[in-house]
Amino acid sequence: MKNHFELLGLTPAFALETGQLDRSYREIQSRIHPDRFAHAGDAERRASMQLTTQVNEAYRTLRSPVQRAKYLLELNGVDVAFETSTAMPADFLMEQMELRENLEQARDVATLGLLQEDLARDKTAIESRIAEMIDARRDYAGAKDLVRKLMFLERFGEEIAAAHEQLED
Amino acid sequence: MTLFQISEPGQAPEPHQQRLAVGIDLGTTNSLVATMRSGSAAVLPDVQGRALLPSIVRYLAGGRVEVGYAAQAHQADDPRSTIASVKRYMGRGLKDVAHAENAPYDFVDAPGMVQIRTAAGVKSPVEVSAEILKVLKLRAEESLGGELAGAVVTVPAYFDDAQRQATKDAARLAGLNVLRLLNEPTAAAIAYGLENSAEGTYAVFDLGGGTFDISVLRLSRGVFEVIATNGDAALGGDDWDQRVFCWIIEEAKLAPLAARDMRLLLVKAREAKEYLTSHAEARITARLSSGEFVDLTLDTETFCRITQHLVQKIIGPARKALRDAGLTVEEVKGVVMVGGATRMPQIQRAAGEFFRRDPLNNLDPDKVVAIGAAMQANVLAGNKPEGEDWLLLDVIPLSLGVETMGGLAERIVPRNSTIPCAKAQEFTTFKDGQTGMSFHVVQGERELVADCRSLARFELKGIPPMVAGAARVLVTFQVDADGLLSVAARESTTGAEAAITVKPSYGLSDGDIERMLRDSFAHAKEDMRARALNEHRVDAQRLIDATRSGLAEDSSLLEAADVKDIEEKIAVLEKALATPYPRAIKVASDALNRATEEFAARRMNASVQRALAGRNVTSLDA
Repeated sequence: MKNHFELLGLTPAFALETGQLDRSYREIQSRIHPDRFAHAGDAERRASMQLTTQVNEAYRTLRSPVQRAKYLLELNGVDVAFETSTAMPADFLMEQMELRENLEQARDVATLGLLQEDLARDKTAIESRIAEMIDARRDYAGAKDLVRKLMFLERFGEEIAAAHEQLED
Repeated sequence: MTLFQISEPGQAPEPHQQRLAVGIDLGTTNSLVATMRSGSAAVLPDVQGRALLPSIVRYLAGGRVEVGYAAQAHQADDPRSTIASVKRYMGRGLKDVAHAENAPYDFVDAPGMVQIRTAAGVKSPVEVSAEILKVLKLRAEESLGGELAGAVVTVPAYFDDAQRQATKDAARLAGLNVLRLLNEPTAAAIAYGLENSAEGTYAVFDLGGGTFDISVLRLSRGVFEVIATNGDAALGGDDWDQRVFCWIIEEAKLAPLAARDMRLLLVKAREAKEYLTSHAEARITARLSSGEFVDLTLDTETFCRITQHLVQKIIGPARKALRDAGLTVEEVKGVVMVGGATRMPQIQRAAGEFFRRDPLNNLDPDKVVAIGAAMQANVLAGNKPEGEDWLLLDVIPLSLGVETMGGLAERIVPRNSTIPCAKAQEFTTFKDGQTGMSFHVVQGERELVADCRSLARFELKGIPPMVAGAARVLVTFQVDADGLLSVAARESTTGAEAAITVKPSYGLSDGDIERMLRDSFAHAKEDMRARALNEHRVDAQRLIDATRSGLAEDSSLLEAADVKDIEEKIAVLEKALATPYPRAIKVASDALNRATEEFAARRMNASVQRALAGRNVTSLDA
């Protein structure tokens, strides 16, 4: 089976031009989507659903920086058992705890907005370091900690969204 | 607008072969059928010129059924056997039905889906909906002068798997070939987008008789991409009626009502609500069966006050949809209003205030969904206009997961995933020598299984005895283009195929559907046989046509021997087609389908390669 990059006709890299990804995705979908085969036979309808499912999964993975980074590491044999946080540097963990304390204390939408802005800035910084590590140095093992940091930030983003929802409900 | 150029190999039908296809809006209050004729979509009226069919079904003793206006006329004098707003009960158990105490029906609490006792026996919401669909099918066939090749049936975007499956079952029961279940706001976006050459990000705000959807879509060069959807599958114009109904009871200090008075006052409540759309106050008068006379005046201010909490309920889903889409209100270019209930000025105001712009009301909110569905049906049937086509990318509205220890739901497919999609998850045994595992599939966003919708329970048996944690059970969730889920499970360490049994916690099994079909043809066995024969013939002919055009286009992908094998299977199927035996046609069709599986997969891959090649050329040009 083709990997996600091959499927979408892209060169494997962390730095990805999303415009090109979107174009490939749409052009492929416009040919293989089940809507094109609604009146075809069972075999074609099944083949269309299976391939479209794969293409959707590839697109979803590559579109998200953190998923894309994880996937690139996996492709290059770097274990992505990210479940335990014990191996994270102590200062990073402290920072994460502080962020969560701030989130706990946030009582209004404006404060949450500020947290979100900080988060976006931190993410961009880490993403450019990941691009450097993966695309320029091909140091996949070295990128591992950065990717794990990005995953922490991603989760923090979800927590901010959940806090938003609680405030509004 | 510049539409996506699709060079679809061998799929374009010959001009004379227009397949009759319709879009059906199966609404809570009204239903419609529309089709494409000479390049434009039109709603098909009944013989008296009426476009809407009230979604009301009356069962008479002896089995006769009235649908639409005829049934509506008897709502008050035969309330128990005259079923309105049946969509609210689709795929729902009695405990899920809001205001069951205020509905004049004799509900029967059946496992899975609630049923209603009528003069013609106990009916499931699927059967009631099928009666509405049958009338629309007949209307379309009489109007178009032929049998329908297929239909697109719309569902609220926020319908869960049980409600979608129930809708598809109803269509099947009505004898329709369902080309696709299409989300109502998406259908509206197609109609709006194509008629206005719209480009950019739009929100579709759809408040119908019983359901509320909000979908955010990106429209770009002929691609309609749903980014996020949210809603409330139990909020609609009916709830405003209910509030007015309760207000009448309180104001007039009425004692508990007989079923006919309940229906009478619900009708009066609805009329008052509609009148208030363009008037400052509405007078409500009714003579009850006790002889008591109700005479009240409801002004706009009171109406807004008693329904304020309902208006509030639309804001939460709108905000969630935007957040899931990662957009702010400023990034939304327009808000398309759909559904009869959006005529209420307070809804217009609430949507306008939330999105900080005037809503778009240039389409008939009652018809736009059916129109969009007809456009999509035309494409799906393969009647696409030369060089004009569009692509629809829709999403699953609610997350899918399984129950884990402690009654928690583990999310497997997240909401707003583009469909079709699949996710596999590995599970393991927790006891030594454990040979079976049970799964509980749920849908919803809540952490506790008890707060989610139960979809199905699975039993995976025949796992070879191993130590705890050694078995590897791979469970695959597949959501198809209709948004319907199927689940498969397999134990992978030993390669042993384990048996799997699916017990839907809702709705109907295939056996139930067959029984209902049998019942409806009870007096005409021949009819049923003729119908099966006809269905198999239509499917077989479609398969032959598709295979032939595939061969004409792509036979280079196959060895000569494979081509020969497929051609032989076509010949066998054509022979079978000349016989009156449905079984023979089915067997020959299955054989041809199997023989073309590999060919179909190769053609699909070749299409991808062509798409990528095309893109490379464009990027060189650019």
